Formats: sequence, structure tokens, C-alpha cells
Amino acid sequence: MEAHATTSGHQEHAHPRAAVYAKVGLILFVLTALEVGLYEFTYGEHAGPTASAIQPFFVPLLLLMSAAKFALVAMFYMHLKQDSKLFTGIFVFPLTIAAVIIVGLMILMAYHMWFARTG
Amino acid sequence: MTAVAHDVPHGLEHATATGLDSRKLAIWTFIGSECMFFATLISNYLVNKGRSLVGPFPHEPWTSPSGEHFKPILEIPLVTLGTALLLFSSLFVVLALSGAQRGSRKALVGWLGATIFCGIFFVGMQVYEFTHFVHEGLTLKTNLFGASFYTLTGFHGTHVTIGVIWLLTLWILGLRGKIPPSKSLNLEMAALYWHFVDVVWIIIFPVVYLIK
Amino acid sequence: MATRVLDQHQVQTAAGYGEKTGLWSWITTVDHKRIGVLYGATAFLFFLLGGIEALLIRIQLGSPDNTFLSPERYNELFTMHGTTMIFLAIMPLSAMFFNYMIPLQIGARDVAFPRLNAFSYWVFLLGGLFLNISWLFNAAPDQGWFGYANLTSRQYSPGMNVDFWMLGLQILGIASLAAAVNFFVTIINLRAPGMKLMRMPMFVWMSFITQVLLLLAFPVITVALILLMFDRFFGTHFFVPSGGGDPILWQHLFWIFGHPEVYILILPAFGIISEVLPVFSRKPLFGYAAMVFSGVFIAFLGFGVWSHHMFATGMGPIADTFFALTTMLIAIPTGVKIFNWIGTMWGGSLQFRTPMLFAIGFIAMFIIGGLSGVMHSEPPADLQQTDTYFIVAHFHYVMFGGSIFGITAGAYYWWPKMFGRLLNEGLGKLHFWLMLIGFNVTFFPMHFVGLHGMPRRTYTYPAGLGFETLNRIETVGAFILGLSFLVFLINVVQTWRKPRNAPADPWNGATLEWSIPSPPQEWNFAQIPVVHGRDALWEVKREQGRTALPEPARVSGAGIHMPNPSYWPLVSAIGVTAVFASLMALGHDKAGAWLVVASVALLFFGIYRWAFEPAG
Repeated sequence: MEAHATTSGHQEHAHPRAAVYAKVGLILFVLTALEVGLYEFTYGEHAGPTASAIQPFFVPLLLLMSAAKFALVAMFYMHLKQDSKLFTGIFVFPLTIAAVIIVGLMILMAYHMWFARTG
Repeated sequence: MTAVAHDVPHGLEHATATGLDSRKLAIWTFIGSECMFFATLISNYLVNKGRSLVGPFPHEPWTSPSGEHFKPILEIPLVTLGTALLLFSSLFVVLALSGAQRGSRKALVGWLGATIFCGIFFVGMQVYEFTHFVHEGLTLKTNLFGASFYTLTGFHGTHVTIGVIWLLTLWILGLRGKIPPSKSLNLEMAALYWHFVDVVWIIIFPVVYLIK
Repeated sequence: MATRVLDQHQVQTAAGYGEKTGLWSWITTVDHKRIGVLYGATAFLFFLLGGIEALLIRIQLGSPDNTFLSPERYNELFTMHGTTMIFLAIMPLSAMFFNYMIPLQIGARDVAFPRLNAFSYWVFLLGGLFLNISWLFNAAPDQGWFGYANLTSRQYSPGMNVDFWMLGLQILGIASLAAAVNFFVTIINLRAPGMKLMRMPMFVWMSFITQVLLLLAFPVITVALILLMFDRFFGTHFFVPSGGGDPILWQHLFWIFGHPEVYILILPAFGIISEVLPVFSRKPLFGYAAMVFSGVFIAFLGFGVWSHHMFATGMGPIADTFFALTTMLIAIPTGVKIFNWIGTMWGGSLQFRTPMLFAIGFIAMFIIGGLSGVMHSEPPADLQQTDTYFIVAHFHYVMFGGSIFGITAGAYYWWPKMFGRLLNEGLGKLHFWLMLIGFNVTFFPMHFVGLHGMPRRTYTYPAGLGFETLNRIETVGAFILGLSFLVFLINVVQTWRKPRNAPADPWNGATLEWSIPSPPQEWNFAQIPVVHGRDALWEVKREQGRTALPEPARVSGAGIHMPNPSYWPLVSAIGVTAVFASLMALGHDKAGAWLVVASVALLFFGIYRWAFEPAG
């Protein structure tokens, strides 16, 4: 993407940061492409002979890539990397509880539904 | 907005215990709370995944008892485009913020405009998608997938829409020169909200569209 | 310093108190102290309403096969009693103290976001009114305060009862979330110089943890209520088995919120007791650090115990065991607190004034409630106890014996600071004894009838099962309890007529609120204090070698900049309520989506005018 020319005299000061932002943007784009590519190769029309081999790794790989994108946006775009650690704490603590809830609910409801059908 | 004045030496009037601005703390606190909101919606989606009694289904074709054929209803290419644009919008908004912090009205207005464009496109894509799905026979009532899908992505889309309105307001203020570096926090707060909405989609996209 | 000390004559006028007068000043107030008083008065009225609902229940249950109330009316009463006491009484009474005391205790002039604070109050008031307007429609909520699916489905509850509850709670949730953001930021960011986290008063710590719980738990019930609304209004099947949904999901979502909610209800009272006991034992709080960490541990673990409310739903032995263990575990930090409170009193110079009586009563009642709670943590035992009056006994011991006793202790303790008058000691003691006796006569027998098999949520019981005598005793107890609050009301009214001349520090307090006049001037502190240790005021008194500081002067306030009043928070609150009221209309085909859109527009209008209001 072309960068707009800035009229401000603080260009030199801005560019290093803008360069980092752009690089992160590129990585995000690549990761998204990889996610979709992985899907296409495993389940989509381009699924070839390797598809069944990939399948058990599909979900973990996908979640890993999403987590990487999540972390990149949080650290660089939301400035968590350079800001006070307090902000990171305020974000990470609810995320932890959220993860506990998601996993807990999935396990409990899956067991409940299996139990209800077979118990 | 906050006017908790102290009679302390000039320059330290708004000194806070952490040295951080209360409004920035507030938006992060709100974002933390919203993590639980979306976690619950995502949990609901995951719990109901694969449990619809009837189709249309997200990734499998289905034939109804009356013989009607349904393709898998999700369309990856369009959503991928929307996803990419939402990601780029995060880049654009942080460039806009950088512009605001340096006092460059041109960068602020230009990049913020690009952000808003991407946001509007994303919402437009969702509106198109929803309309298309309803046309194809998937409504809120049809099955658990319809209910969970529309609820999760609909509330996310609502958050995006609110973000667009917020950014648009700031864009107009920016055009009028009302966002000097000293007021860039107003944009930073909106940008943080916008990034959060993007980050939620980073999770929703694979969970809903890519994982079968 | 630009502020001037006022002379006696100047102090006597309202202006000398730095006060604005008149109804409009209350409607547009952004002063945390006024907002606190508004919360307290409103919550107390709702508390009385909830109490009347309880008395009606007790009249019905006082005799077997009673026909005083129809089953439908009974269902409405126990639902509204529970909902009112939890959301419209205990939580906002705690909010009264959050509002009034947190800025004072941390040495601040107000909360971080004064207008957001006002917004929270107005939304609470309107939410409470919305919930209770249902009575006028003869459609009060009747599905229990926990709203289990699929009783709450359109099929089994076609009327508006469930909807008033569902939408009313959403409105109240917004009030709580807004306030939680506010107090969270206030406590982190507006502490006076030197007020490190581990020097904060324990009430501030417990309140801080409560805000974190509010922020994390309320979004969960928000989603649960959204899913319910979609089922009822838009035909989804989240909780409807015929459409593939599962009613159990509701229970999980509700209790993931519901269990942290009970800690939200008790932690502020823990904080209040932790203030009162040291002052009236003339000894610092025992084990400050342990109190902080046990509070944090309770909050964190509180998200891991929720299914102990579901032991009778057939989750299987592994889930049962997991939640039994976490529930037993959470008793440990609670026990630590109880020992620390006793340790505070041990060896102290005990002053048995009214606040102290309620605080000691709290410890005793909460221990009983906690013990029955631990008994529920055993799934096999709970299978007998659940859905019986044994559970009713438990939660009343912790919520009334705990939260209400604690809040009452706080009321007597902080009354002079808030209103400039001391409540009458004699009436206070009478209130205490009537309340203690009335409470135990009402609720202790419930342990027995519960174990003997009397079920909850049932409008009557047949004669001959052995429930009659104890139920009659419980009903008498309930009226004694009601009488105790009459005594309190008399005390309040009598006290109101007295002159506003309470000293700044009637109890020899340890914390900063006692260093400023009673009641405080609008800006709280003439000069922001610098704090050097825990129990900051005792620290100051010790340094100066005295047990009482001179009465602080009232100042003119010149040069102290306070935020401007505003009515946009109220307008925005009306917008919020309008959105949910219009959803109700939409859901029952009484109005179209246009009304929802118009309400949203009103809300946006209020928010925009608020955002662009000239800074105070």
C-alpha cells in the first residue's frame, strides 16, 4: 500500500514507527493467506493427497496462526509492547478467565450431550 | 472531561497515581469486559457447533426431507476479502493515530478515511452475506447454526458499526482541525476499540468459517 | 493555598457547606456523595419493598394449605423478592458506599468519571422502576430470580412476566458495568500521593475486587439474556430441545455469572466489617496482606465453582468431583478472613457501639451461613439439600446475616460522616437485638424443615408433614425482623430533626474520611493529603501524639475546580431504558422496530451531547 506523503516536518520521527506498522500489516496479511490456504488444501477444492495427513493438525495450526495474529495486533497496533504493563494485565486477565469459560463450557456440554445420549 | 483538580503545583494538576490517563485505562477496562462478552458468544457458537437438527449447514451440503438441495452455505472468498480489509483497517487507524500525535492533519484524515472505508466495506459485506443466506433459506429460526451464526457475527457487526460511527465522528472533527496532538487520546481510545473489534474477528473467522 | 477558612457564621449557611440546593441540583448532580445518597435512599426503598414481598410470602407459608396467595401470585412474589433484594437492594446499597466512601478513603475529590457515575445511578433507578412496573401490568416476573430454561420459553411463559425480568436485568447490568469501569479506574488512578495499593483501606480493596468481578461476570449474563430474548422474540432455539437446543446451557451461563455475583454481594460487606472491627477494637486489622490475597483468591476461584449449583442435573461424577473440590477450596480463604477478623478483636479494647454490634453479628451469622455452604459442596449431601429450605437457610444467612448485617454496620458507622448527625445509640442497639433475634427465629428453623424435606419455591405445603410449627415460628420471626427496620426508620427520622453538628471523627477512625468535616464539602479535601502508611489517620494521630485531631475547618473552596453538573447522563439513561422498553413492545407485537430505532437515536443523542459538553 502506498504511504501518503506527510506535510509535517516530523517525518523522520514517524517513519520508523510507520515501517514497523507496515511490516506487521504484511505479516498479518500473509498469516491470513496461510490460514485460508491451509483450509483450501485440507478441505477445499484444492485438497490433494496430503489432505488427510494434514487434518489432525488443521485445528491446532489454525488456532496457532490466529493466536499469532491476535498477539501481533495487541502488541504492536494496540501498543501493549511499549506501554505500561498495567494495560497488558488489564487485557490478559479477562482473556484467561475467558479461556477457562470457553474450555469449561465445551467440556461440560460435550460430556452432557454424550452422557444424555448414551447414559 | 474529568476535572479532578488537586491544588498541587501547576503542571501537575492532572497527576494520577499511575501517571497514566484515566480515559485510556477506562477503554482498556471496557475492552477487558468485552472479552468476556465475546467469549460467551463464541462459547455458545462452539457448544452448538454440529448440533443443528436440519440444514442448511456451514460446510456440508444437505438435502431436506422434501428433497430440496442446499450447498454448504458459507462462502470463504468474500469473507476472506472482508477479513483482510478489516486487518488492514487496523494498520490504517494506527497510522492515522501516529499522524494525529505528530500534528499531521493530512495523515490523520487520510488514514482515518481509509479505516472507515474498510469498516464500511466489512459491514456491507456482512449485510450482503446475511441477505444472501436468508435468501438461501438460513434464518435465525432455521436451525442452531443459523441462530448461533447470526447472533455471534451480528453482535460483532454491530460493534463494528458503532466503531465506524465513532471513527466517522472523529474524522469530521479531524477535518475541522479539532484533533491536535494534545487531543490525540480521543482517537487513541477509538483506535483501541477498533483494534479489539478486529482481534475478535481474528478469532471468529477461523472458528466459524474455517473449522468444520 | 487559594482556599479560605470560613468563620462560624459563614459555615451555618448552606453555601458555607459548599452545597447547591434544590431538585434540579439533585437531577444534574455529578457529585459522588450526592449520587451515593441517591443510591442509598433508592435502594433502601426497594429493600423495604422486597421486605414486604417477603412478609407476604411468610404469611402464606405460616399455615399449611393456605390460600392467602394464589400459586401464580406466590411465584411472582418469591421471584421479585429475590430479584429485588439482590439487584435493587444489596448491590445498590453497596454502591452507596462505593460512591460515598471510595474517593474519601483514597484521598480524591471525586471519581474518575463523574458524569458516568450519575449515568449509572439513573440507569439503576429506571431499571428498578421498569422491573416493578410489571406489577401494574399484572405480569410481574414469576420464573424465579435465576430464570431456568425452558420454563422461560415462550411456550411455557407466554406473558410479559419473563420479559420484564429479562430486559430489566439488562438495563441494570448496564448500570453495574458503567459503575465498575468507573470505580476500577478511580481506585487505580486517583489515589492520593503515598497511598500505595497495600496501604489502601480494606474497604477499598474489597470494593476493587468487586469491580473486577462485575466487569467479568456481567457480560456473561448479558449474553445469556440476549440468547433468551432471541428465543422468546425471534424464534431461535438456543434453550429449546425441539430445535436442538439445551436448557442446561442456560444453567451453565447463568451460574457462570451467578456465582461471581454472590461474591459481588458479600465482598463489600467484608470490606465494611474490616473497617468497623479495627476502629471499635482500637487495633489495626489483623493480617492485612492475607486479607488482600484471600480476597483476590476468592475472586479468581469464584469463576471455577459455578456448577455446584447444578449437582442435581446429572453432570456425571467427574464434573461433580471437580466442582466439589473447587467449592471446598474456596472455603479456605473465607476461613482465613474470619480468623483475621477474630484476631483483630483479640486483645483489643472493644467498644460495643452499634456499628460494632452489627459487625460482630455479621461474623457469627456468616460463619453459620458459610458452614451450611460447605455442607452443600458435597454432591451426595447436596442431593438431599438442594431445592429445599436448607438452601434457603444458607443463602439468607450469608446474604442477610452477611451482606445486610455488614451494610447496616456501615450505615451506623458512616452515618455521621454522610449526614452530619449521629444515629441514636439506644435505638441502634434495639434495632440490632430485634434484627438478630428476628433473623435467627426466621431462618434457623429453615435448616430443619429443609432437611425434613420441605421444598423451595412452592406456594404451600399440606398439613401433617410436620412443617407447620416451624413455619409459623419463621413467620413470627419475619415480623420481628420487619419491626427492627421500623426501629431503624424511627431512628433515621428522629435523627434527621437534629442539628447537623456531628464531629468529623466521632469514632477515632483510622482512615482519611474522618479527617474532613461531617458532612464533607463538595471538594472533599481542602488540600489533597499525602499518605505515609496504612491506617493513615491513626498514623497522623500517632505522629502528633494525640488521640483526637482538632475539628477540621471548612473552607471557601475558591480555586478548587470541580466538574460541572449535567443532565445528559439522565437523558442517556432514559435512552437506554427506552431501547429495552421498545424491545419489549416489539417482542409482544405492540410496536414495530421503528420504536427501537427511535430509542437508539435518543440514546445516541444523549451520548453525543454528553461527549461534546464543554469540560467542567
